[in-house]
Amino acid sequence: MNKTPGTTFDERGEADVLVRVENVSKKFCRSLKKSLWYGVKDIGAELLGKNDHQNESSFLRADEFWALQDINFELKRGECLGLIGQNGAGKSTLLKILNGLLKPDTGRIAMRGRVGALIELGTGFNPILSGRENIYINGSVLGFSKQEIDRKLDAIIDFAEIGDFIDMPVKNYSSGMRVRLGFAVAAQMEPDVLLIDEVLAVGDIGFVLKCFNRMDSLLGNAAIILVSHNMPQVARMCTNLTLMEHGRTIYNSYDIASGLNLYYSKFKAEIGNFTSDGRAFLQEVEISSNGKTSQKDKIFQVEYQNELLIRLTIQLNEPVRDPDLRIYFYDKEQRVFAEASNLHTDFNAALHLQQVSGLLILLAKMPKINFSQGTYSITVALSGKINGQKQVLFRYQSAAYFQVNGTRHGWSPVQFEPTWQRF
Amino acid sequence: MSTPKITIYTPESQVRHPGKMLRAMFKDLALSQDLAWRLAVRDISAQYRQTFLGLAWAFIMPVATTLTWIFLSGSGIISVGATALPYPVYVFTGTMLWSIFMDSLNAPLAMTNASRSMLAKVNFPREALIVAGIYKVLFNGGIKVGLLILALLVVGIYPSWSLLLFPLGLLSLILVGTAIGLFLTPVGTLYTDVGNVIGFAMQFLMYITPVVFPMPKEGWVEILFRLNPMTPLILTTRDWLTGYTPEYWISFILFNVFFLFFLLAVWMIYRVSMPIIIERMSS
Repeated sequence: MNKTPGTTFDERGEADVLVRVENVSKKFCRSLKKSLWYGVKDIGAELLGKNDHQNESSFLRADEFWALQDINFELKRGECLGLIGQNGAGKSTLLKILNGLLKPDTGRIAMRGRVGALIELGTGFNPILSGRENIYINGSVLGFSKQEIDRKLDAIIDFAEIGDFIDMPVKNYSSGMRVRLGFAVAAQMEPDVLLIDEVLAVGDIGFVLKCFNRMDSLLGNAAIILVSHNMPQVARMCTNLTLMEHGRTIYNSYDIASGLNLYYSKFKAEIGNFTSDGRAFLQEVEISSNGKTSQKDKIFQVEYQNELLIRLTIQLNEPVRDPDLRIYFYDKEQRVFAEASNLHTDFNAALHLQQVSGLLILLAKMPKINFSQGTYSITVALSGKINGQKQVLFRYQSAAYFQVNGTRHGWSPVQFEPTWQRF
Repeated sequence: MSTPKITIYTPESQVRHPGKMLRAMFKDLALSQDLAWRLAVRDISAQYRQTFLGLAWAFIMPVATTLTWIFLSGSGIISVGATALPYPVYVFTGTMLWSIFMDSLNAPLAMTNASRSMLAKVNFPREALIVAGIYKVLFNGGIKVGLLILALLVVGIYPSWSLLLFPLGLLSLILVGTAIGLFLTPVGTLYTDVGNVIGFAMQFLMYITPVVFPMPKEGWVEILFRLNPMTPLILTTRDWLTGYTPEYWISFILFNVFFLFFLLAVWMIYRVSMPIIIERMSS
């Protein structure tokens, strides 16, 4: 290992490395009572200068756990690191340590240049005061001097698209306006290292695009660390990816697509709830593609643009006329975005489904699954006529999961690949 | 391009390099001026924008306390010893000065608690909170002092040249208040018990300080009063205000020097404990 901890950047001649994180760990306490008491003890230990990583801080006390363990990475100017992982993986904790809010328990972090953080927009806003007054407060919190804010005031008001509301108390603002004002102030930062925690998840689409443009222009001169659950955003902005799980790094590479695939595969296949009145059941759902078949408790993997076959085994306890079977496709955020049904096809006639009972096995075949990279679930619902009355027979929410692998990562789940013509 | 700033975070305690730590502290204090001013202006203007009585709130409490004590002593319920000043003036100046002291004592903990979400999300010089607290105390204190001087003129007590020294007394009250308040802040943000204890501990401290009672002349009570750092502070400040010659100026100076160093020490404690506190207040 040629890395000598404790040296500065220039000694190693790596001028473009702006962030270096080495063996960083952090422990947290599960119990509030103990955590407060440890807090008092830690303050005492700090004051006596006892605290160093050779001894006690590398051991866990009762009820403590590692919120972060042995994190290492480097980031150069112009790079954007996507920090992803499920809730509680330690992403925000790492960001807080990078921002100097928390102290690491082991390891070392070195950053070069101005560090800016977008962890919350509009910090320090007082709802009673006007937008203009709050610009000055928020600006000071972010480290601008009064002269700097004076100079940037027009640009901020312009960027925020607030107009006449600027002299009104902020409590009269809509949440969107508050966010816009907060971002407009933050956008004036010109940091070398920028830490971002999911602040762009809100706001209308026009403003979100504006924010992206601003971040793109920052990216040229800065190293960005972005914590996000929004994978399209990560795929669009990031040059490197770190996937965290239970406080550890389990993936760290420039290969974004493989990292995202790994992230999606981490989602547990939580089989949802089944509702039925007892007249029909969905016994089995099986997904397959190119001869591979889904296994229990594992998310089925399918390659982008390959075929996807869904086999349903249904038990009907009463004769059903004109069965209406629907397969709904949901994305990770539980938004339904696509649907397949047996209506509007010649399926019913050809397969004599007008009146069915007993065991019914159906296979739906989609020749090309043109979904963006990600994890999806399907929900199956059946309705039909019993004694001449149309009724819902069952609905199986999240009956099965599958993951689409590939390099296609768009903002929306369905990806068309049209042929283009130019005139 | 000039040499860029390098930021390093390690688990090592800052107190291991006291020289470096002190330099960082004073650098951050200088950096925090703009923000401290903003925060103080924010809190003061928000405070007065949402009240009907406005500035009156700065002195309603001391005036009420004064009236209570004038009633208690006038009606003979409590017999208070003789004072050089007319008793109402004695109580009024005492409670006003005491309330300025209490404001400065409560400010660090109140500011830190009110800024929890900001502390958990933004890395700004933490000194700004302390300085903003002092600005707020100075603003409210200024109103109180203005009223106090007005009241003295009305009852016919004309200040002498010693009024020029009065701001010094005022500053020492704020110094001692801030130092004690800042000392209690780290543990106070973790345990709410501290805030509750401050309430009645300060009530007791007031009764062993010549605020509403005159200085006892003999017995163990006199020793208790003499050992209390607030005694020379209140007496000297009051004497400067009302034109009397201070008796306890030596202990006034000694306590001030002590609290100056004490403030520096608790400031270091505050800085060191901040990350530990933030870890436990994260929202």
